[in-house]
Amino acid sequence: MESKDLNLSIEAVGSSGFILSSEQRAALQTSLVLLQNKQKFANVFFWGKIIGGREDYYIAQGIAKDYLSERRTLYSKDCVHWGLLPRPTADTKAKAKQITGYFTGDPSYESEQKIVTLVGDEETEEIITLKEEDRLAAVVSEIDNDVAIVPRGAFVRDPTGKTYQNRVFEGLTLSEASQLYSYLHFRKAEKLLSKTLLQRSNLDKSLDFMDTIEEDIPRGCWSLQLERGGGLVTLRSLLWLGYVFYHVPGTRQYGSVYFGRGDKNIDLPFML
Amino acid sequence: MSALRSASDLSSPRIIDSQYVDEKSFLYETSTVTGLNLYDHLARVLTKILNEKPQNAADVFEDYSRNEKRPKPAPSSRNASVADEVQSKTELALAEIQEKLFSKGEGEDDIEVEDEYPIPNIMELSFFFEQAGIGLNREEMFRVGMALKNLTENHPLEHARFWGKIFGIEDNYLVAEVEYREGDEEEDEDDALEEVSEEQERQEAEENEEEDDTPKMVHRVSVVPREEMRTGANKKTYFVCNELGKPWTRLPHVTPAQIVAARKIKKFFTGRLDAPITSYPPFPGNEANYLRAQIARISAGTHISPVGFYQFDEEDVDDDDGGALPDNFIINTEFEPIPARELASSSLTSWVHHVQHILPQGRCSWWNPKEEEEGEPDSDAEEERADEPQPEVGPPLLSPLSGDADVDGMSPWTTSLSSKLVPQFAVAVVRSCLWPGAHAFAFGKIFENIYIGWGHKYSAHSFSPMQTAPVQDEYPTEPKITEVDDPTPEEEAAAREGQEEDDQDEQDDDGNYDDDDD
Repeated sequence: MESKDLNLSIEAVGSSGFILSSEQRAALQTSLVLLQNKQKFANVFFWGKIIGGREDYYIAQGIAKDYLSERRTLYSKDCVHWGLLPRPTADTKAKAKQITGYFTGDPSYESEQKIVTLVGDEETEEIITLKEEDRLAAVVSEIDNDVAIVPRGAFVRDPTGKTYQNRVFEGLTLSEASQLYSYLHFRKAEKLLSKTLLQRSNLDKSLDFMDTIEEDIPRGCWSLQLERGGGLVTLRSLLWLGYVFYHVPGTRQYGSVYFGRGDKNIDLPFML
Repeated sequence: MSALRSASDLSSPRIIDSQYVDEKSFLYETSTVTGLNLYDHLARVLTKILNEKPQNAADVFEDYSRNEKRPKPAPSSRNASVADEVQSKTELALAEIQEKLFSKGEGEDDIEVEDEYPIPNIMELSFFFEQAGIGLNREEMFRVGMALKNLTENHPLEHARFWGKIFGIEDNYLVAEVEYREGDEEEDEDDALEEVSEEQERQEAEENEEEDDTPKMVHRVSVVPREEMRTGANKKTYFVCNELGKPWTRLPHVTPAQIVAARKIKKFFTGRLDAPITSYPPFPGNEANYLRAQIARISAGTHISPVGFYQFDEEDVDDDDGGALPDNFIINTEFEPIPARELASSSLTSWVHHVQHILPQGRCSWWNPKEEEEGEPDSDAEEERADEPQPEVGPPLLSPLSGDADVDGMSPWTTSLSSKLVPQFAVAVVRSCLWPGAHAFAFGKIFENIYIGWGHKYSAHSFSPMQTAPVQDEYPTEPKITEVDDPTPEEEAAAREGQEEDDQDEQDDDGNYDDDDD
């Protein structure tokens, strides 16, 4: 969620149990402004909170210009002092997927995991280690890739390929907001290119350049609820429990936040 | 207009006119695809821009242009469209329901200060929850308080508190934990969901058996009986509702079989109480029962209080019972508030569980399955002593948190102070790692537990369902039970002839029929 309307946005996700105390809100308001200035970001977002076994991490993201380009991720333990997280490499991401368990709350902690692989008839054990900072960066990037969504129409792409916010986006109507196809994954399109030309003929090239969440596997991995009788639409991801997206239909307000342990819910198919 | 026109154009007025008309009619040309014409479109776009006067108008020109081209719903006289009507209807319906929350009850104009008000001070708790960074936002907590007040007015309750919120796929559950006034629970059957009591089932089965002549099963699977109301896992009653303002529904009592099954499955709640639970092992009940079982497990695992707040009633402690553990406690009137720093220390010695632990059997107090077979004491007397099942024991009531088993190599509880900058006035917060979403806070003499989450336990390993039972073997074939073909008439005739010959032989020998010959 944008740092500018942090207070309003937090109220909207309050019904999902995500609360920031007054001290945290005050600290964030000040420190995010300082962060934006120091790092020369065009926009700063409060991404969410990763709950650890002993202490929690607060995550913020900043973008330079293009929304879809690389974002810089920062973390903090007290909402005042922020540290830059390294960009995750493919190797780090692969390792982070193997490591289970809570984050500890100590950024320099090395998590160890024993991996037993079967090669032919022999079992080989290897121990992979990953520093908590790297694991954090990898998890944040994976969550963004898997479940970060925006409403359809909020972002436009011009013929040169640049993505920017649609200034005349008036929000989704209630009927649009109750449909899963009105929400798009905020990442480079993966499934779009494999669609047939016939399916793509109905799409608007400037708006539908990202995948919709309607085709996510397994079906039913998004929980869409209307609160306040239709005044607020909340989408909760069942794959990454703790990711919540909200939108007030008919207005430009939308945002998303993640408050969770940073663990993928791979039991999802059993639980549906 | 034409780009070629310039001041030095010496065309005559007529040529200028005709050029102007040509170009203007070009602008008026309607498109064969969409039916728009450029002139009207430009006029509309420029009008809109001049009306709204956005910043950097030149940059957003394309956006406005695209917007104008979008098909617009025809505005009817009153409302903009059917979709908007639908929206206002659902919002209106909910607002009307919630308005009732704000109405004062009858006879409340004379402010009688009752000594025992069944609901805690919701706004005070909401303030502490907010400082601790847990719970729901303030407006929702206020509505929770009003809804609880409604609940106490419609039912004879002694205590009611907000237990927490459990998320579901289609809808969420808000749960209230209540305690009925003595003796009033049996009469209050209005909102109870249908519970098929075990006695009813047994009676029906017996009636059917009397008319049936088939042989009865020798091996009877004994069903662990559920605990009585107000004891063990059924100590408190729970009400749920999907949306605050809608009526509360009472959840049925939990049976040990449901708790045992709930430990083996992991399912999302849908939000409908009558939804079936399809799982392996099959869950004995529907979503309402599963919800109640999870609530029981969460309460048993995570309801904690500062040490000393509750104490055992001295009259209840029975030393003659062979060490039977007391299961009731009262509030300690001489409780001294513990400083926040001690409560937030990671040694966890200042918190205790005040809900009984649920044994693997599914109950809080051990039930001996051998006791049921009272009708056959003679034959089983010896067997009883040999196969006496070991009674299951769990940690006693009011045992401190420091005795809890580790989760994933870490302490099962995370403690913290709500404020790092002002620790003098901070609230101590405790969070469970085993049941993510279970929180507790304490400040002075005030403390509270709450659960906000999806209703599942944490496990570092992924869930794997119970293996199905192996396929039953067929009965081993033996010659004694193998079917043999009936003898054919030829074989019978041959056997009969053989027998007659033997009989004749023996008759000649001793004049007696030898019956053993076959």
